[in-house]
Amino acid sequence: MHATALESIHVALGARMVPFAGWNMPVQYGGILDEARTVRGKAGLFDLGHMGRVRVHGPQAEAFLQRVQTNDAAAIPPGRIRYAMILNEQGLTQDDILVYRNPRNDGFFVVINAGNTERDLGILRTIAKGFDVVVEDCTRSLGMIAIQGPLSQQITQRLCTADLASVKYYGWCETEVCGVPMTLSRTGYTGEDGFEVYVPSGLETKVWQAFFDAGAADGLQPIGLGARDTLRHEAGMPLYGHEIDETTNPLEAGLDWAVKWNHDFVGRAALERMRAAGGTGRTLVGLTTASKRCPRQGYPIAHRGERVGHVCSGNVSPTLDTNIATAYVRSDLATPGTSLEFLVRDKGEPCQVTALPFYQRKR
Amino acid sequence: MRPTDCKFLKSHEWCRIENGIATIGISDHAVSHLSDLVFLDLPAKGASVTVGESFGEIESVKAVSSLYAPVSGEVVDVNSKLPDNLEWLAQEPFGKAWMIKVRVTTKSPDLIDTAAYDAHCKAEG
Repeated sequence: MHATALESIHVALGARMVPFAGWNMPVQYGGILDEARTVRGKAGLFDLGHMGRVRVHGPQAEAFLQRVQTNDAAAIPPGRIRYAMILNEQGLTQDDILVYRNPRNDGFFVVINAGNTERDLGILRTIAKGFDVVVEDCTRSLGMIAIQGPLSQQITQRLCTADLASVKYYGWCETEVCGVPMTLSRTGYTGEDGFEVYVPSGLETKVWQAFFDAGAADGLQPIGLGARDTLRHEAGMPLYGHEIDETTNPLEAGLDWAVKWNHDFVGRAALERMRAAGGTGRTLVGLTTASKRCPRQGYPIAHRGERVGHVCSGNVSPTLDTNIATAYVRSDLATPGTSLEFLVRDKGEPCQVTALPFYQRKR
Repeated sequence: MRPTDCKFLKSHEWCRIENGIATIGISDHAVSHLSDLVFLDLPAKGASVTVGESFGEIESVKAVSSLYAPVSGEVVDVNSKLPDNLEWLAQEPFGKAWMIKVRVTTKSPDLIDTAAYDAHCKAEG
């Protein structure tokens, strides 16, 4: 099993460690609900060392990325970031990724899911054979630490030289953190304001500690993967292996906004056929339930006794004070307000289709 | 310190048998590992439970876990206030957070004493 550079710190903080995508990661340091509330109300720090990080450069880097992923890499300005999908030839989702154009416009940076890193690198390297491009796995040469929550900017500003007020949402920049050159982006997976810092290997502990020295008095806390899942789910963000995987396509997942049709990405032809057919007959929806039972991944969804879908993710939402779920359901039942049931051991519990995202911060 | 008048399953249920009636609950170790409990489903009085089979479910923020019966027999009492007071499980897992009482017909052959259970928890981490 892989370990991030911060593993011993998590253990010393009393974290419960679990295997996640081949990495030994902290699932929680205290209570999951409390950690989620800390991020919504103050700020939390996350070790994201497990996520895949890849540099893409060379004369045909842009053309290569146009082939690899669904968004329009040519339209990304220097220092900006786009969400995108990698599809297979069947138009089904291999991964969801972030594509960064370097601030100096000298290449790209791609962040991929930990559990898909090996497969994605294989896909990238195969496609790269047709282009004058270098694909460089820097998962090990860079750490990744995120700060998320409304106090993120004021805490991070104490550590870095860049004026963070000028870094836009889904933008990134070169700066010095703790006196060392590195990059950071205004991105995250929680629905809150925040930054992700790409830390040269060997400095992770120093940067992690510097964040606490700067932010402890503001209530900064370490946050595990459990609360991270709760937060991303409240914010309506998909998780690979739940809302999206090799059996789903971006249209039914409501991610068509990340697909631009002006370039020839892998899976385009198949996806066009699905779009022309008016979809696949199912749609990803949000569900809320007043039931004490929480819908869980795989539970069937029923409507008037007929099975019409299944649950992708379920969570107790501390922010909404209800149980939330995402589910694929028959498209004619996807209208917010529709009453459905989720089945727990064949017993129906009521739930209601709810517009996604469940939570949106005030800006 | 766990009470020494209880026997345990490695799946973290405990039982205390007095006059042929087993009081059943889950251990402090189970409660601390589940964390953020949100739901508890217990059988009704009069139901029968069977060694090795699930007699209920406990749900935390992230997972649902089955509760396994350490004995077989008829449920003669249920702690019906517990599902609405799940914090009792962290406060007094061997006391007021008992779950059901069962008139014992058979005991699980896998029950271990407190010292062996302590060692099991230590090994499990």
